[in-house]
Amino acid sequence: MSVQPARLVYLDNNATTRADPRVVEAMLPYFSEYYGNPSSKYALGAHAGMAVKRAREQLQRLLGVEHAHELMFTSGGTESTNAAILAALEASPRRREIITSAVEHPAVLALCGWLEKTKGIRVHLIPVDRQGRLDIMAYRAALSDRVAAVSIMWANNETGVINPVVDLAELAKEHGALFHTDAVQAVGKLPIDLRSTAIDMLSLSGHKLHAPKGIGALYIRNGVRFKPQIKGGHQERGRRAGTENVPGIVGLGMAAELAAAHMADEDIRVRALRDRLEREIVERVEHCVAVGARAERLPNTSNIAFSFIESESIVMLLDRAGVAVSMGSACSTGSFEPSHVLVAMKVADDAVRGGVRFSLSRDTTDDDVDRALAVIPGVIARLREISPFCAEEGASMTLNRAHV
Amino acid sequence: MLHVSDRLNDHFSNPRNFGSLPDANAVGSFGTIGWGDAVKLMLQVDPRTDRIEQARFQAFGCSSAIASSSAVTEMVIGKSLDEASGIAAADIAEFLGGLPPERMYCSVIAYEALRKAIAGLRGKAEHESADPDALCDCFSVGQMMIERTIRFNRLTNPEQVTSYTKAGASCSSCFKKIEALLARVNADLVEDGLLPAAQAYQVGSMPQRVLEMKPRGDTTPAANIFSAGNGVPAHLRAAPKPAPPRPAVTAPAGGADTVTLTELIEQAIEELRPHLQRDGGDCELVKIEGNTIHIRLSGNCDGCQLASVTLSGVQAKLIEKIGRPMRVVPVP
Repeated sequence: MSVQPARLVYLDNNATTRADPRVVEAMLPYFSEYYGNPSSKYALGAHAGMAVKRAREQLQRLLGVEHAHELMFTSGGTESTNAAILAALEASPRRREIITSAVEHPAVLALCGWLEKTKGIRVHLIPVDRQGRLDIMAYRAALSDRVAAVSIMWANNETGVINPVVDLAELAKEHGALFHTDAVQAVGKLPIDLRSTAIDMLSLSGHKLHAPKGIGALYIRNGVRFKPQIKGGHQERGRRAGTENVPGIVGLGMAAELAAAHMADEDIRVRALRDRLEREIVERVEHCVAVGARAERLPNTSNIAFSFIESESIVMLLDRAGVAVSMGSACSTGSFEPSHVLVAMKVADDAVRGGVRFSLSRDTTDDDVDRALAVIPGVIARLREISPFCAEEGASMTLNRAHV
Repeated sequence: MLHVSDRLNDHFSNPRNFGSLPDANAVGSFGTIGWGDAVKLMLQVDPRTDRIEQARFQAFGCSSAIASSSAVTEMVIGKSLDEASGIAAADIAEFLGGLPPERMYCSVIAYEALRKAIAGLRGKAEHESADPDALCDCFSVGQMMIERTIRFNRLTNPEQVTSYTKAGASCSSCFKKIEALLARVNADLVEDGLLPAAQAYQVGSMPQRVLEMKPRGDTTPAANIFSAGNGVPAHLRAAPKPAPPRPAVTAPAGGADTVTLTELIEQAIEELRPHLQRDGGDCELVKIEGNTIHIRLSGNCDGCQLASVTLSGVQAKLIEKIGRPMRVVPVP
């Protein structure tokens, strides 16, 4: 299997994005030229320290953060979400409940599962409707002064459905619960102005916005009590020990600046490409549904559930045809169960295992969409020819009853 | 991405003999859409020579499932029924140049479909759907099928059982049952001289995997036992009504099943523990005497005036779990 990135149609930008060449260029001097440790007192160290400071300010502008020091660099989205939730629990030991949603990323769900099992923390899993929108009534009902932290994603990684986190944060504030949002998919795709919200903590990951992997950040509002989860040196104002990943931080800063510059244009252009891709697939392929299409969504994401076939085989055949897409979250791959997001959205049984996520980025071109559209209907038709569930009408029911 | 052999890749990208076979006289299918993979195998067997003239398949599932089904059709065409029934799941995997370890179940489903097709033709139609003991409820995998798979593939650890059958791949609450079954079948294999005793699996020699990534949330009944009212501290809430004792229809007479009973009770206590610990308490099983369960409350529960409320909650949980009325007595 030879991968030819030049010819590949890459439609899996919610998994990771290509690092922008301008980002790489900005990073390069910090590997072997200005390699100093930001904590060192001499000029080489101070130079690195300045680079970190600049990057923090670039990110500050993208997110509309009041003070730059409210941003803490981490290794990525998973570390940020883990640190936020654990720190919130540690900061208010008398509060023993967490509110989160049924469609969160495993970085949040697995942690909540662990807290529930080993620490006796009560977890409220707020359900979503068929379009993936959060059940606000259930959310209100779960809030109380026993809740230490609320963690609701800004935008879903599998469907792109956007949660009204600004309003949700206001509600949480009324009960004194800390509000954390996993904004890994939202940062760089949606305008964010944290100053004007009640959001206490926000997680983001660099490699979803054309920065390299291994760098992320956590926003912690001034005044929020944060307990360091990694202990050691005094880096990041004592909140996250460990020598700063200077090249990564510089890259994230550059990526943030580029994202801010491109956001408005890309919103229009990428949204049009996504809409065309989705509309043509739904028109040309029978028995498929665009999941969450009636909800407010990210401009770049489309999740289509194909009935009677299984997504892994779709992904593999599309890969052979030079189109990279994914089956739900890359982090859940290898599991035997269908996507927890599609299950929570009550997608029909015959389609819940056939969910395919197409995610675009500013690198995606018209030509990419044309080439994807040229192969997708054929791949689906081919797999349906093989599937026992749609060759003969009525056969699906009998086979579904014939249990193992 | 899974690394796969060229052969497997080829059988997935260019599957052989797919589609329906109208003249088939032996049909076997295995799996469901809910299970995640399904295979239907159709054979056309010459009744005079018992030779398989043609074979076709239909498959729903991952790339390995499609490749395994395609492989099995190539393997059986031209073979006699006896030869075909000698094909094992491992042979299918080998034919494809090996399957990724976590996809071994794909060869098992192709094998099971072939087995059913041949059994059906020979008039030994099995009523597998009547397999009463779904061992893994999440994927409704039957005990018979797991037993067969362990035996034929010489499986010796619970991880393998999961990769070959999907049993225990979701909530892993059936882990204990898989372990027990595996140990029993391994012991049989050792007795038959098919497995060196040193390799046989012993119950408890492998820790249960932490598979439960997803929190259960508080909508499940187990979590609700102590959380009936909102805004009231857990230990002051009204006691839940004990479930009406269900007539013990299938429960075997006491005595013989003490082992499983102990397991059930310990399981129930394990589920309750986080709720007690939330209020700084704890409890443990001391002993079981007939229908009386002796329990020790410790931590904050010890000496708490509302301990009786807690106990009735424990009792309700145990009754729910065991399915017959039990008395719960506190021991100091």
